[in-house]
Amino acid sequence: MLNLILRRLSFLPVVFFALSLMIFSLQMMLTPIQRLSAYISNNAELKGGREQIASLIEKHGLDDPFLVQYWGWLKNIFNGNLGWSESAGAPVSEALLTMFPATAELVILAFIPGFLVAIWLGTKAGVNLNKPTDHTIRVFTILGWSFPTFVFGLIMMLIFYGYLDWLPPGRLSQWAQSEVESNNFIQYTGAHLLDSIINWRWWIFLDALRHMIAPIITLMYVNLASMTRVMRTSMLETMRQDYIRTARAKGLSEKIVQNTHARRNALLPVTTVAGMELAYMLGGVVITETIFDYHGLGQFAAYAASKLDFPAVLGFALYFALILVTINLIVDILYPFIDPRVKVK
Amino acid sequence: MKILQYLIKNPLSLFGILLLVFFALVATFAPQIAKPEAYQISPYKTPRTSFWATPRPISKDHILGTTEGQYDIFYGLVWGTRTAFKIGLGVVLISSFVGITLGSIAAYFGGMVDEILMRIVDIFMAVPFLIAAMVLTTLLGRGIEPMIIALSTFGWMSYARVIRSEILRVKEMDYILAARTYGVNHFSLIFRHILPNSFFPVLVIATMMTGSMVLAASALSFLGVGTEVGYADWGQFISYSRNWIVGQGDDPFKYWYTLFFPGMAIFLFVLSWNLVGDTLRDILDPHIIQK
Repeated sequence: MLNLILRRLSFLPVVFFALSLMIFSLQMMLTPIQRLSAYISNNAELKGGREQIASLIEKHGLDDPFLVQYWGWLKNIFNGNLGWSESAGAPVSEALLTMFPATAELVILAFIPGFLVAIWLGTKAGVNLNKPTDHTIRVFTILGWSFPTFVFGLIMMLIFYGYLDWLPPGRLSQWAQSEVESNNFIQYTGAHLLDSIINWRWWIFLDALRHMIAPIITLMYVNLASMTRVMRTSMLETMRQDYIRTARAKGLSEKIVQNTHARRNALLPVTTVAGMELAYMLGGVVITETIFDYHGLGQFAAYAASKLDFPAVLGFALYFALILVTINLIVDILYPFIDPRVKVK
Repeated sequence: MKILQYLIKNPLSLFGILLLVFFALVATFAPQIAKPEAYQISPYKTPRTSFWATPRPISKDHILGTTEGQYDIFYGLVWGTRTAFKIGLGVVLISSFVGITLGSIAAYFGGMVDEILMRIVDIFMAVPFLIAAMVLTTLLGRGIEPMIIALSTFGWMSYARVIRSEILRVKEMDYILAARTYGVNHFSLIFRHILPNSFFPVLVIATMMTGSMVLAASALSFLGVGTEVGYADWGQFISYSRNWIVGQGDDPFKYWYTLFFPGMAIFLFVLSWNLVGDTLRDILDPHIIQK
């Protein structure tokens, strides 16, 4: 077990290094003058015209050989300085830390029910192969898979905001926002749901929840599809096993056979997929957050990417890799508990 | 042939194939269905009748209405079909070529080569796909080719993984051993004996990927880094509708056509590929096909 953890974690620096090299190379596709703009805060610094620009490029070493520049850049990062994010107007690490709770609370609330529903639907489809239930669930998942997130999200907005005016976009209403920022509300975690419970402010809790319902439904529907699909296939596989026949031959009721003998054994592949799904969601639900104007990591990363804010993009990529490796590791550690036949090597 | 028979017999995939044929016909006959005006520089530049900001409803001149900025929705959707095919097939061709090449090399030679190539795959898997594609598209300048390059750069890994595991399986088969003892060289062993026998799972992925790559491309356009403004591209048209979905006070569904038609176009296109891909995948599992 310890061996597995160490092996996985030792891969992390390799990924970090490769990612930094990749993003630095992307950055080097810009001309030195374009890259200089990151160092300039106002027009007055460029008063000297062409010569001034040339000397500034010289000063910041923007024309140096690739490796020299990369080394200088890497040294900064090693010192724990991820740089200043132009698009957030804050240091990258600080920006990521403030956005993380927002995305995390959204993702967790969408993921857990989605996972449970996927297991339920997948089991239903798997034990009713080629019957109407199976066909309905299959059509439902293929639709979910093919439906563009942004169209689904916009339809949610159209109905629940435009027509019914129940679920507004954003993270909080105006009054709740100023309440949260005021002195008599302490932000322990940055996740509004948790904070409002700790502060015992139910109105803020309800307001935050109200803003999250539409993005949660959007996320759930989109992610449900692939997990259900895997659960169905895995269930089909399990139902063919000999021990299922044995269980039936023993005279156990079909319900017990399906729920305890089959489903438990079919869980393994779904856990892997669900882990990946969770990691990708925690890595920023770009489109959902953009549509619902929910200030989280995904919206921030998308904005930074379109503005070519490289420090932010790098910080985000490192965070994403960290999440991905960690969650995959957790899934691997969970395996033997879900299915004792799997032994960690 | 047997595969085609199965695809046509299954109602879901038959529907998918019919949809695909429909889209292919629209793409082929785009110049006839939606005639470009004589003054257009490129037929992909959607014509606009004026610069009026508010979308206009369905009328005789604009059978699906117009978006903000008066782009004709019907024209955009018809020519957008070509854009969708170009992006979907373009990305899948390039990325499957890269993936298959690297995956085959890794599987065939094994050892150190395999180890290094698969770690590269792992590293690319740890890249946030959409964000990286956004950055690369922006760097290369907006447009359809930059999008294809960006989506392929970060989307080849699943092909490499699948072809690798398939080849590892096929490599152990007796007929490969037979070919080897015959003294067949590396090249024809790979291209004539191993690859054709490990190709089917890749085909399944490629089919499914065509749909999701069109989705990703329209997401890029939606986020504002895809094609140039006015280009006939479905994602672009959805992003025009964004400001108008809430409608007006008394009539919340006033501008429904700006979202509905482009949304349906993307949805049906992706759906058709997924329906075919889904059935292809069932064919892979011999237990299911017996029923």
